[in-house]
Amino acid sequence: MSTYYLNYLEELESEAIFILREVWAQFQNPVILFSGGKDSILVTHLAKKAFHPAKIPFALMHVDTGHNFPEAIQFRDDLVEKLGVNLIVGSVQKSIDTGRVAEEKGKNATRNALQITTLLDTIEEHKIDCAIGGGRRDEEKARAKERFFSHRDEFGQWDPKNQRPELWNLLNGKYFEGEHFRAFPISNWTEMDVWNYLTKEGIEIPSLYLAHEREVVKRNGSWIPNSEFLVLESNEEIVKKKIRFRTLGDITITGGIESEADTMEKIVEEVSTMRETERGNRSDDKRSETAMEDRKKDGYF
Amino acid sequence: MKIDTNQLLRFTTAGSVDDGKSTLIGRLLYDSKSIFEDQLAAVENSSKQKGIEGVDLAMFTDGLKDEREQGITIDVAYRYFTTPKRKFIIADTPGHIQYTRNMVTGASTANAAVVLIDARHGVIEQTKRHTFIASLLNIPHIIVCVNKMDLVDYSEEVFNSIIEQFEEFSSKLLIKDVRYIPISALNGDNVVNRSENMSWFQGSPMLHELETLHISSDINKIDARFPVQTVLRPQRPGFEDYRGYAGRIASGIYRVGDEVSVLPSGFNSKIKSINAGEAEVEEAFAPMSVAMTLEDDIDISRGDMIVKKNNQPELSQEFDVMLCWLNNSPVKPRTKYSIMHTSNEQKAVIKEVVYKMDVNTFKRNDEDKDLKMNDIARIKLKTSHRLMLDSYRDNRNTGSIILVDESTKETVAAGMIV
Repeated sequence: MSTYYLNYLEELESEAIFILREVWAQFQNPVILFSGGKDSILVTHLAKKAFHPAKIPFALMHVDTGHNFPEAIQFRDDLVEKLGVNLIVGSVQKSIDTGRVAEEKGKNATRNALQITTLLDTIEEHKIDCAIGGGRRDEEKARAKERFFSHRDEFGQWDPKNQRPELWNLLNGKYFEGEHFRAFPISNWTEMDVWNYLTKEGIEIPSLYLAHEREVVKRNGSWIPNSEFLVLESNEEIVKKKIRFRTLGDITITGGIESEADTMEKIVEEVSTMRETERGNRSDDKRSETAMEDRKKDGYF
Repeated sequence: MKIDTNQLLRFTTAGSVDDGKSTLIGRLLYDSKSIFEDQLAAVENSSKQKGIEGVDLAMFTDGLKDEREQGITIDVAYRYFTTPKRKFIIADTPGHIQYTRNMVTGASTANAAVVLIDARHGVIEQTKRHTFIASLLNIPHIIVCVNKMDLVDYSEEVFNSIIEQFEEFSSKLLIKDVRYIPISALNGDNVVNRSENMSWFQGSPMLHELETLHISSDINKIDARFPVQTVLRPQRPGFEDYRGYAGRIASGIYRVGDEVSVLPSGFNSKIKSINAGEAEVEEAFAPMSVAMTLEDDIDISRGDMIVKKNNQPELSQEFDVMLCWLNNSPVKPRTKYSIMHTSNEQKAVIKEVVYKMDVNTFKRNDEDKDLKMNDIARIKLKTSHRLMLDSYRDNRNTGSIILVDESTKETVAAGMIV
């Protein structure tokens, strides 16, 4: 190296590693929230770098809605084995079975909001004091207000109007018994940054992100994948399309886009010309203008 | 975009709603094609509901429910955009409510501050306040945008007289680099594209300035400081004896073989290896996150600092700080606060308030010494143990502190070591 400055991806990487190490140093029992999506895969990859040559010192925690892409679950299990880390699964189905939450009814029912209870229950049960997430500030307007270290009160709630100021590189992770933190090491990354970095580093991601033939149905302007959980309306029909997913969530609400991008390089190319945000195909965010803010206040990711 | 060489620039915007700050940011995002169609559709929809024709650019920066309802910004929001030359992070800070707290927060990591002035009103109290905070926080570059030039007939005289006003008051402050641009955020003059209405202006549009500011020197590369965040002990085959000191280099450059001192103990050793992620490297510099090993077995833990033997910070328990009070509850006398400085944490008490600073007039007040929310004051601080200190002017990373109130766990103050 002859020039003494970092390019923007190196700087984002360095910042994320700093935050991950700070989480390890300041908290007793931190975990990485792992959904099998590209952002949580990225965070896990960065954690590997942050603690090399030691193992990742965090367990991975998955909040399982029961409505999964089978590929995402397979990917999760393979990664956990490869890294030799613990996996904690919080099950929404179990929360329903034990009466902690009730399943939504009607045609647009999802288990999205139910995850909040399962997430908070799992955090409490395992005495987790910091849950590291792959949330990014460019994703959504409420997330644009997030801190790197984000405080949650004993009810798991976020108070966006009364957040701790965060200055320089000084992160305050102090809390009272029963409270916890969320940490967001890739706050400053955009979707484009994530794709560029994944490509540059050759990081493996679930094949769902690459264009592939799939059975889908058109719903609210998105291509919803066929699955055992899909209930067809009378005017809907299943068709085969070449699609890929920009985000991976609950299989019942995550819409794909028509695409020919079947390599990482083609995805980078496609994302750079994309004119809609990646969450534009998530019906959980379309419920109202403040859908994300409302869920986050309650304890959502 | 060339990933290999493109840098990241962080800037903060200062101004009130009336200065057109939100419109300016909206314009930057819109003209640099950083706004997506679904976002545009949502804003068009809301604009229509409010009875505004076309697109209200300011609405791209709206965040929380209360902010949209009240038409104000409550908290710092971060925005992102990328051009073929650079990636940008905007810390969008509110102009009115809790201005000091939010401005200081946004300014703390910024390479540049954009100060907005309404061409019709010229330099006002708020301009001075914003510029003072930018200078206090030692933001390396200041770009003064004289906005709403369309409302003063794009007049060169108006622009020049505002530069004069700005030069006059800012000569009292420590500012390294300032440049002036006449713009109309609403119409897009000199924001991304050169203005056809102001051919008399010889400088560059705002975005071009942001793309070309020299920022490689913004971080101190002379005084090597490496605060240890955590110690890596893999305890697995092949690494039984490995003890890596992990951290982010705060300033300077380190090379394998460098003679170093470990503070505060003062033991000397040599750098044996440097790891950046999985790769071993020969040298590393700020702001890289690395792990170092040393030739000698020394007891080192979080909060210690590895520095060059021939260039050391000051070790002290008593020092002066310019302090910004950030909390609703005022300073409680004789309270022991936790002080966070690099990766180090100790206890601290405020021994004395020397003077309070009036951020509007730059006058010192040595009579009223009660520190309340948004106050800035020079204080004397005493800590339970020695800290490894640099002045904030020399080193933003090792010259900054925060105070935490243990009875609430909140961050109550931010300070810059004098």
